Amino acid sequence: METLLSNVVPFWSSFSGDLQLVLVSAAKVIVLLVPLILGVAYFTYWERKIIGWMQNRLGPNRVGPKGLLQPFADLIKMLFKEVIVPANSNRFLFVIAPLLSMVPAFVAWAAVPMSDTFVVADINAGLLYILALTSLGVYGVILAGWASNSKYALLGAMRSAAQIVAYEIAMGFALVGVVMAGGSLNLGDIVLAQQGTSIASWFIWPLFPLFLVYFISGVAETNRSPFDVAEGESEIVAGFHVEYSGIAFGLFFLAEYANMILITVLTVTFFLGGWLSPFAGLPGFADSWLAAPSLIWLVGKMFIFMFCFLWFRATFPRYRYDQIMRLGWKVFIPITIVWIVVEACMVALGIGPWSGTV
Amino acid sequence: MLANYVPVLIFFCIAGALGIVLLTLGFVLGHGSKDAAKLSPYECGFEAFEDSRMRFDVRYYLVAILFIVFDLEIAFLFPWAVALDQIGLFGLGAMAIFLGILVVGFIYEWRKGALEWD
Repeated sequence: METLLSNVVPFWSSFSGDLQLVLVSAAKVIVLLVPLILGVAYFTYWERKIIGWMQNRLGPNRVGPKGLLQPFADLIKMLFKEVIVPANSNRFLFVIAPLLSMVPAFVAWAAVPMSDTFVVADINAGLLYILALTSLGVYGVILAGWASNSKYALLGAMRSAAQIVAYEIAMGFALVGVVMAGGSLNLGDIVLAQQGTSIASWFIWPLFPLFLVYFISGVAETNRSPFDVAEGESEIVAGFHVEYSGIAFGLFFLAEYANMILITVLTVTFFLGGWLSPFAGLPGFADSWLAAPSLIWLVGKMFIFMFCFLWFRATFPRYRYDQIMRLGWKVFIPITIVWIVVEACMVALGIGPWSGTV
Repeated sequence: MLANYVPVLIFFCIAGALGIVLLTLGFVLGHGSKDAAKLSPYECGFEAFEDSRMRFDVRYYLVAILFIVFDLEIAFLFPWAVALDQIGLFGLGAMAIFLGILVVGFIYEWRKGALEWD
């Protein structure tokens, strides 16, 4: 990156160290953010296509070849729609809430390693940072619901916030298990701890219950179907963003989809070896590009879980709210506590990823 | 050390700027006529007949309190999990006692019905 920039930008070496750091980080952020936003845009297109096919329809197919320009048409439409600020609302909070929802959803990506060399911020408390930022998203939801001064919005916000905090505990316990296995809070180090022969040394095997709990909690955290009572359209219309229109609604939409993709990349990083290749360490693949760690493997694994999000939405009926709370508190938390104890015993006896450490 | 966090700050600025630009564009481009009915809060065809910031179920507070308790336990578990291979059996024993107390509290909540939602 440094050498590339010094060739492209004139007087690069005459810039001070601080300025170089700022410019390099800004370039990295742009390199991450542009594909991410395009990914979000085409995730919405893909969602409509998949659900269409599952319901024997075609999905969007009018704008551009096979409907491929549909996301851009949607964006332009949303930009030109009127942003209505209701008369009784708290105007400042009403406008700031979509930002509070969108910014953490994107900024959390800073600590996620995309490949063995590319990560925007290589911080050693990466996992804590991500937990903190995903929790910040609740503020956007609560403030949007409260500032709207509408009954449906308030009810939706309360439901959404209670659900998010309930599942955050199960998620946190599952991550404790991952940290025990990985021995670090840095996401790159957690991926490197899963290096070994093919898929056998990925954390999904010793931590299988935690993997299930983590991914299902991730679906609940993003308020996606079948846990989407927060915006259950048959009861409370659209939940916390019922009063939002135009691009203000669009920002909530961006945040939701960026969070979904974040959950998939985190699931892959924590349990499926991130950017590690499933062919690594196998005889016959020693020098092949297939065995090399790369972004392709990360994105390939992410696609599986992104498809699961859409598959769940197309096939599962919605949970009732008391069922959601029961699943979070009475099923997931006991499972994770039990598995942390099991894992501690595995550590003490030196089984699984800990063989040879104690 | 702190230099590692500079990219986070820059990411904040860029993502914030993106959001503000989009919102501003929305306010500038999407210009429509306003009237009292359009600006009133949405309800199913009725005039709003009471304040929207109404009382809501105390269980939501209960969930929030339980969340704080458990989230603190998790914050306590993280450094323990990172240092696991250095603290050995003593660390395991200490955490077993801590988790034991936590589980007793959890069972108490459960039996008291704090986790029921109907």
